[in-house]
Amino acid sequence: MEAIQYHKGLVYPLNRENVDTDQIIPKQFLKAIERTGFGKFLFYNWRYNDDGSLRQDFTMNDEKYNSASIILAGKNFGCGSSREHAAWALLDYGFRVVIAPSFADIFYNNALKNGILPIMLEQSIIQDWMEKAERDSFTLAVDLEAQTITDGVQVIAFDIPAYHKEKLVNGWDDIDLTLLLKDKIEAYEQSRQLV
Amino acid sequence: MGKPKTIIEKIWENHVVHREEGKPDLLYIDLHLVHEVTSPQAFEGLRMNNRKVRRPDLTFATMDHNVPTANREIVRDPISKKQMETLKENCEEFGIRLADMFHPDQGIVHVIGPQLGLTQPGKTIVCGDSHTSTHGAFGALAFGIGTSEVEHVLATQTIWQQRPKTMNVQVVGELGPGVTAKDLILAIIAKFGVSFGQGYVVEYTGDAIRKLSMEDRMTICNMSIEGGARAGLISPDEKTVEFLKGKRYVPKGEQFEEIAENWLSLATDSGATYDKTLTINAEEIEPQVTWGTNPSMCVPVSGSTPAISEVENKEEVRRALEYMGLEENQPISSINIDHVFIGSCTNSRLSDLRKAAEIVRGRKVHPNIKRAIVVPGSFLVKMEAEKEGLDQIFKDAGFEWRDAGCSMCLGMNEDIVPPGGRCASTSNRNFEGRQGNGARTHLVSPEMAAAAAITGHFIDVRKFQQVLQ
Ligand code: SF4
Repeated sequence: MEAIQYHKGLVYPLNRENVDTDQIIPKQFLKAIERTGFGKFLFYNWRYNDDGSLRQDFTMNDEKYNSASIILAGKNFGCGSSREHAAWALLDYGFRVVIAPSFADIFYNNALKNGILPIMLEQSIIQDWMEKAERDSFTLAVDLEAQTITDGVQVIAFDIPAYHKEKLVNGWDDIDLTLLLKDKIEAYEQSRQLV
Repeated sequence: MGKPKTIIEKIWENHVVHREEGKPDLLYIDLHLVHEVTSPQAFEGLRMNNRKVRRPDLTFATMDHNVPTANREIVRDPISKKQMETLKENCEEFGIRLADMFHPDQGIVHVIGPQLGLTQPGKTIVCGDSHTSTHGAFGALAFGIGTSEVEHVLATQTIWQQRPKTMNVQVVGELGPGVTAKDLILAIIAKFGVSFGQGYVVEYTGDAIRKLSMEDRMTICNMSIEGGARAGLISPDEKTVEFLKGKRYVPKGEQFEEIAENWLSLATDSGATYDKTLTINAEEIEPQVTWGTNPSMCVPVSGSTPAISEVENKEEVRRALEYMGLEENQPISSINIDHVFIGSCTNSRLSDLRKAAEIVRGRKVHPNIKRAIVVPGSFLVKMEAEKEGLDQIFKDAGFEWRDAGCSMCLGMNEDIVPPGGRCASTSNRNFEGRQGNGARTHLVSPEMAAAAAITGHFIDVRKFQQVLQ
């Protein structure tokens, strides 16, 4: 997992609530056995017409967002299926930060495990930034160490569990960390006669 | 006596391997279910790091999402085929039990767990699938995980989990005749929204829940995730014990008596408190039909689609109606359908098929219906249904009778609803494109789906018999 300490990037405003993982990456792309290459299928049904051309009515197709790396979205982002392909698709496309008023639990975890930073902010701030990003090219800078995010005018603090922060900042692998506790796992198995 | 506890706290405490201030708990996992879609990258990760599966004996795999539901021998899509072959190779390499496409234990992962008795009260159960909550019906703590977590559980048999908050969804009163478990869970989601359970484990309580069969309880717990809760469960009782008795992986004889007693002791203590309680009155619930593109966009069959001027989330409702090809204020009974799907981990067990067959018996699928399919949840369900002649009832009426799998619930195999097609479906998600690109899904109970198949539009199943006479 690629560590993330500081990230500055262009914002893409996805002004929708309850964006589900079926929309983030439709099922026909879940058949791959690799983790990469999903970016081109991100938001597939919203982005493309049946003939494969870009849909004009979906704002992400607007050139001005081409290099966006931060998504602003409505509440309950990532609900639905547990598919980690949703996180892989966002990452593969180039998104490193997702900002929303709330996230579905499984998606939140999946994002963190792939070096995507999910940030929960108040609706009012998101709305304000959403409008700015819809109007012009709008960038945000996230400082994970300091747990702040700024548009250059105001600096907003955000919460993230210390444990997740530590892993993201260092790019640590979960399994390695857990295997340090191997003795405890064995002891637990002994105590419950699970051996 | 200690402080009264909920079943959620009891199971949690029994499984903590490691606890440290400021960190999630490290929980032991008793059962890890695996399917072909969310596992290949996890096994690949193990291989790259030279790791083994810690407890193959606590791991069980099947194929369900991609499998053809007719002519199994031929998997036309080479990528689907590859994914299933990959699961087979991985299971062989890592020594994991696999019920592949041709195995008599094969079926939707959440149908076969209980059927084999792998699912038991008090267990922690995970699967790379959000409907793992289904197993909560037995009083297990069961939740869906992502692929990185699948890899973690394979390697360590544990998972890091933030202690959840507890929620009591209390169902008072009793369900009326013709009102099903599916209507109850849809009504709960309609009332409290698609994220009421976020950050919680939900326990369903109350008389209406106690009266439900184990199969109906699975339908309830199955859709917990549609309300945002990763896990939903029901305290075990005599019905739970009765259901599991004699199942293959459940201990027998004296050992069974012992374990059954243990199970019953897990039920929430009287006087235990929850972080939050929601209440719904079962008496007020009618058969439900979803009209929109998430499961909370749902009304009683006697109702209509909303008026945009009367809702807060105008834009969302407008977009949903547009996608669904419906008008505002449109009566549900005026919606004509052209597809029917009876199946999925929500409603594909024997009792579901029996109830649907009862409606269908001696009748014909409406001529406007282009396709009506019944997909049993497992190979075993299929066999049992055939023994009772249910297959014949469906076939005589004009339904297709299929082999077990996820099928049209998500259309990863060839069973899809075409663009613009409108489907009465017993599954759990009505998201845009879920059953096929441009497909329109209405979630209903098996009884309601069967009745709609006969009349070609939605009809209150309680009035159905009268109307047809
Ligand atoms: S039947 Fe549908 S919801 Fe259930 S596991 Fe299969 S795809 Fe998922």
